[in-house]
Amino acid sequence: MNAEVKTQSALNDFVVKFANVNGSGSSSANHMFAKAIFRMGIPVSARNIFPSNIQGMPTWYEVRINEKGHLGRRGETVDIMLSVNPQSMPRDVQEVEPGGYFVYDNTKPLDLRLIRNDINYIGIPLTQMTNTEYSEPRLRQLFKNVIYVGALAALIDMDFEVLTRLVSDQFKSKEKLIQPNIHALEMGYRYTKKKFGCPINLRLEKRDLTGNKIFVDGNTACGLGAVFGGATVAAWYPITPSTSVAEAFEKYASRLRLDPASGDKNYMVIQAEDELSAMGMVIGAAWNGSRSFTATSGPGISLMNEFLGLGYFAEVPAVLIDVQRAGPSTGMPTKTQQSDVLLAAYASHGDTKHLLLFPASPKECFDLTAQALDVAERVQTPVILLTDLDLGMNDWMSEPFEWDDARVYDRGKVLKAEDLDAMAEAGERFGRYLDKDGDGITYRTFPGTHPDKGAYFTRGTSRDEYAVYTEDGDKYVENMERLQRKFVTALKYLPEPVVTQSDGGSKVGVIHYGTTEPSMREAIEILAGEGCHLDDLRLRCFPFHDSVREFIEAHEQIFVVEQNRDSQMRTLLVNELEIDPARLIRVTHYDGTPINARKIVEAIRGQLMDAEVTPIRSVKK
Amino acid sequence: MSFYKPGFRHPKAPENRIGLTESAYEGAISTLCAGCGHDSISAAIVRACWESAISPHRVAKLSGIGCSSKSPTYFLNQAHGFNTVHGRMPSVMTGAHAANRSLYYVGVSGDGDTASIGMGQFAHIIRRNLNMMYIVENNGCYGLTKGQDSATTDEGTVNKKGVENHFESIDLVGLGLQLGASFVARSFSGDKTQLVPLIKAAMAHKGFALIDVISPCVTFNNHKGSTKSYDYVREHQASGVMMDYVPMADEITIEYDPGSTEEVTLHDGSVIHLHKAESEYDAHDREAAINTLQRYKSEGKILTGLIYLDPQAPDFHEMMGTTATPLNQLDEDALCPGRSALARINAALS
Repeated sequence: MNAEVKTQSALNDFVVKFANVNGSGSSSANHMFAKAIFRMGIPVSARNIFPSNIQGMPTWYEVRINEKGHLGRRGETVDIMLSVNPQSMPRDVQEVEPGGYFVYDNTKPLDLRLIRNDINYIGIPLTQMTNTEYSEPRLRQLFKNVIYVGALAALIDMDFEVLTRLVSDQFKSKEKLIQPNIHALEMGYRYTKKKFGCPINLRLEKRDLTGNKIFVDGNTACGLGAVFGGATVAAWYPITPSTSVAEAFEKYASRLRLDPASGDKNYMVIQAEDELSAMGMVIGAAWNGSRSFTATSGPGISLMNEFLGLGYFAEVPAVLIDVQRAGPSTGMPTKTQQSDVLLAAYASHGDTKHLLLFPASPKECFDLTAQALDVAERVQTPVILLTDLDLGMNDWMSEPFEWDDARVYDRGKVLKAEDLDAMAEAGERFGRYLDKDGDGITYRTFPGTHPDKGAYFTRGTSRDEYAVYTEDGDKYVENMERLQRKFVTALKYLPEPVVTQSDGGSKVGVIHYGTTEPSMREAIEILAGEGCHLDDLRLRCFPFHDSVREFIEAHEQIFVVEQNRDSQMRTLLVNELEIDPARLIRVTHYDGTPINARKIVEAIRGQLMDAEVTPIRSVKK
Repeated sequence: MSFYKPGFRHPKAPENRIGLTESAYEGAISTLCAGCGHDSISAAIVRACWESAISPHRVAKLSGIGCSSKSPTYFLNQAHGFNTVHGRMPSVMTGAHAANRSLYYVGVSGDGDTASIGMGQFAHIIRRNLNMMYIVENNGCYGLTKGQDSATTDEGTVNKKGVENHFESIDLVGLGLQLGASFVARSFSGDKTQLVPLIKAAMAHKGFALIDVISPCVTFNNHKGSTKSYDYVREHQASGVMMDYVPMADEITIEYDPGSTEEVTLHDGSVIHLHKAESEYDAHDREAAINTLQRYKSEGKILTGLIYLDPQAPDFHEMMGTTATPLNQLDEDALCPGRSALARINAALS
């Protein structure tokens, strides 16, 4: 260790990053590291930064430890960089904060060009240790990752017992692997403890701040939400970063959704030939009375436009989970963005619009997926859940999932055979698109319901109230107006935004949604510390509730913070609420990394200084 | 097209096994051109379903876009229908079938809807061996957009404007055979004697039943120089295997010459008799079927009849291991693992 370097010190508040090679099996060791911190009761977040590649390219795992609970990405720098990938070392070294640590494999001497005089270097002979210990190349590679977790555990004073217990839990079903993993952890731990002054000044201390929280990724939460929400048909086409939604659904359904007598599946997962088909299958299943969903990402949404238009116009329920990634086109397939907002809102030709949901945590992924299945059937239209790669593929500390056993699925307005008979007796004619209740939502029947009542023809062409094809302009307009009414009704079934008022209320407000949440909370706290108090509204759905308009009207300035270039949510707000665009200030971040608090603070601070808006806090009444 | 369909039926019109007259199987009045082959196919579906005594409301009829795809409106009024989007009926059908395995499914498509824009979905629905009847109303042209060549327009034929087609045509029967369809037939809309039993057998077959029906477009493709005209097909149609169909409930009364006739029992217990034009023809031999198809083509003949049949092939739901109860009939008890299961999941994630 370089003695002259001023070392940083922090307790339960720093960022560790692992630089590795894709395909080297590092993800489970990295996950073990983050999970152990979580189990020590310390708030933690972990992010995989990975290439569109299976083997060989650089990959990173960034862990933020923050006992205040700020779990968005902190910024572009890290405090400890553990780099075992010579390919990325020059870049990795530069990311270390002055006074931070660069931990590396010193089996071979470090390239002198990588030496900075303002950071600490800790060399651990990982390759040498694995070569001595293991003869098989694959084991050498795998256990190298475990050894460095052990080394880090010593450096930052991780509770070693928590770590070993975690290994036992992780390999519960493969008991053979427990001892070798613990042995590798110990190798790294002991070597480091003996060789260096441990712990360093960046260290952990047990806390009780994680309570009953869980550590889980958003895609698992969505898949699980679909199981609990009663989805029976999942049709999908593999695409990063949404693949693990369908996989999670299948994993949990295969355990929890089997017919107890026969062992047969009370669900079906269909891997379609493309996204187009996947969406067609969802529409077909929902038309026939099954709750169905698909999961995809931007390129898939482009292909699904055609069916989304059919779903909207023919009024067929569908649930689509869009795990957004960086576009346009193939874009950056393994990087995060919130750039499908406008596409999703207005997908397909003609006058179309769709119900959107914006979860911000795994708990919300679970809740809103289940809710989407209800809303889709209640409103008889596609519902799109917009998450993103950051939420979908990374482990987040989340409130535990909850379910009320008394909950009944809202199947919406569906007529059964007895209803049809009763109507006939009362002399009432069934009209599939007849707005009996005046809320824009009409009654439907499923195929096979009744021998001579309730059959109708579903089509993407214009039709009258009785589902009979028509090109009559008045009938067409009537129908299109009813679809608008239906969207007003839909608001009753959609989640209100979450408003957080600053102390005393402010003239300046912020609007954000989705995974901007943790960084937004942190930014608001930082700005408050500087005397800038901001009110905040987190959108959870489209269309917008009246409370969104009221929030905007109640503030002189509104920052709309989002993760795309074109301020798409701002456009949607301006367009739908007819807001003066000058009142909505863009704050955007779209380089493919999750938005971070520093960036938001800089943007808002800069604007407020330029605008000379002081004092920001309104007078307390 | 006609503008009026008389509602009067003979009071003593015969009833089928479930007490319905044929009129209970009819649909709305057709808006297709007078003489359109598609209307004959609709009539054949009506006749076949009536004769097989299928409850009309237990059928779901789906289609894509085009003249052919309009026709589900013209049969089985009591069945739910879905006129989906162009070339995408197979995916909607797959989802619908996943949701409820207990219904009969009829898919109606055309040569544009199947062999061009819908080629991908067509190929994949065959692979799944979905338990359904897929009828291609094949007229070798785009009727609804006024007669452009389609992918089944034969090479060397001349369209109505006198322009020759230089592109190889796609043989949907050949494709069906290659991709593993378990029931493959070809027929002609003008040959009801052949078509009605084929439809009955296709409806009874457990698995994917493809019937490619040559169905002349009287407006754009019924001229000299077309291979999809009434005259041409009548002259060149050659029945490889004729068949008749005996429903499960009926007793077989006619005896056939075993040399050229084979009896096949379908999944639901109904029986079909295959009458072979060539006694060595084996309708269970996929390779032979493909060869015969090619041979007929090179001889300038159109092979029709039941070309291939495998009544034992596992269907989609069997391959997927789905429960016997239709998925759309499962309630919260069967679907929701409940609070305690969720508590265990939470524990595993903490």
